[in-house]
Amino acid sequence: MNLAALSVAEARRALDAKEFSALELTNAYLDTIKVKDTELHAYLEVWAEQARAEARAADERIARGEASMFTGVPIAVKDNILIEGRIASSASKMLENYRASYDATVIKKLKEEGAVFLGRTNMDEFALGGSTENSAFGPTKNPLDTTRVPGGTSGGSAAAVAADLALLALGSDTGGSIRQPASFCGIVGLKTTYGSVSRFGLMAAASSLDQIGPMGKSVADVHMLFKAIRGRDEHDGTSVSESLYPARPLKKVIGVPRSLLAKGVDPEVLASFEQALETLREEGYEVRDIELPSLQHALAVYYIVNPAEVSTNLARYDGIRYGLSVPADDIGGVYSKTRGAGFGPEVRRRILVGTFVLSSGYADAYYRKARAVRSLIRAEMADVFQEVDAIATPTSPILPWKLGEKADPVSLYAADIFTVPVNLAGVPALSVPVSTVAREGKNLSVGFQLIGAHGAEENLCTIGAVVEKVHS
Amino acid sequence: MTEPHIDVAALAKLARLDVSPEELSRLEKEIPKILAFVETIQTVSGEVTPEIPEVRNVMREDVDPHESGIHTEVLLAAAPASEDGHLVVKKVLHK
Repeated sequence: MNLAALSVAEARRALDAKEFSALELTNAYLDTIKVKDTELHAYLEVWAEQARAEARAADERIARGEASMFTGVPIAVKDNILIEGRIASSASKMLENYRASYDATVIKKLKEEGAVFLGRTNMDEFALGGSTENSAFGPTKNPLDTTRVPGGTSGGSAAAVAADLALLALGSDTGGSIRQPASFCGIVGLKTTYGSVSRFGLMAAASSLDQIGPMGKSVADVHMLFKAIRGRDEHDGTSVSESLYPARPLKKVIGVPRSLLAKGVDPEVLASFEQALETLREEGYEVRDIELPSLQHALAVYYIVNPAEVSTNLARYDGIRYGLSVPADDIGGVYSKTRGAGFGPEVRRRILVGTFVLSSGYADAYYRKARAVRSLIRAEMADVFQEVDAIATPTSPILPWKLGEKADPVSLYAADIFTVPVNLAGVPALSVPVSTVAREGKNLSVGFQLIGAHGAEENLCTIGAVVEKVHS
Repeated sequence: MTEPHIDVAALAKLARLDVSPEELSRLEKEIPKILAFVETIQTVSGEVTPEIPEVRNVMREDVDPHESGIHTEVLLAAAPASEDGHLVVKKVLHK
């Protein structure tokens, strides 16, 4: 079985044609995990026995002729998405032994499809970071060069798909956490429109930014997984129906925010980006320059809004209802000792920054101002989408860095320049690998980001498939 | 805008977060740098309208959504300490 060449459509065909069973497919992935994951550390836990049981159930369903698209398809799940009865830790000591009390809606949907869950993947603790180095359980390595980071926060999911340790994976994206690791590991990742996929059962990081999305080897695979998990959910009040946003006929026009690319982008990343634009021109797309003046403030807005919401959401981890609890003489002591012991350094930093920007006397200058500028960014993007189908940028301005190389938080934050505006505006974006760049004898991947209007995932997948075809 | 003085120890207290003295001295350097990084939004001037969220809260009838107590057992199973269907916590009020 050639896992590297396997697509979801091909797996479906072969499973239904009985060329291989779901159990054989699951075992092929479990074997690959055994061989490769000691080094990569994409998984925090592999559910071998449960996965085999799910695969057997899928085989019975296939034999009855009742297979759905994902029946028997092996999927990896980011460690912040709940599956009833299984540990979900958000890669934190705080939840090291926490077992989920219920299924996330995306999991419920995939269980109904008969999917197989291989394991939970490594991430930056509570989805805060951009390299998976903030995991409390050690970093994941980039399969393309194991001395480098896989990106983050969904770095385990990206590495699992890239190294054939899963056919697909679920990730979550708060400021680039699906797209940037997809770019670094050479796979496809889709950050979905805010509200398009239910977040019931996703551990909240920054609630106005968080979104679950699919990761896979191709645009087609990612598109199929998106269709399986999307939809309004009565358990998530921010989720919306598919019909909320009007369909947008494809105009074949791409906008490029040139002024944003003027500095700070690796020359080889920029060259790959230009090459992908040329491909689109050859395919009949018009590529035009656009202006998004407020985007220069996107990082500042993001690094106010994100910590503010994180400090609020993470207040729930207090040692009382679930997770770690450190004994103390009084309840205040239990709170502060538990939180001091359970949260890692980056989580603590965000909580403190968030506490500051929300504090009396500073909330107007920081948090409220950031919210106002955020609405400017959103409005400017909406204007641009009157003219273009998608905005194109590199996914990351730089190539994956060496493990341990970036210790300064501000230099890490700056690398999120192209991904954070998407979450601030609540729009969808797709990262597609478009070329490789050789560094120290290894071929690193460069991702191309396509940003669409609210609900424009279909168009993004259409355009993404054009760019992808040339690279593969 | 001038760089505000950041009392990290006070913030940690507000956030109910134990921070060691070594970490405190590191954070006292890092947090002003992070705040300097986000300072640029202060330069945005003019007509900035407050954000009005497009996605609105979803209301339901204020009636019992399910039979009382059916989720108690499973949710309490995750708690560090519980007794007779209740969470156990340390003393809150002191004399």
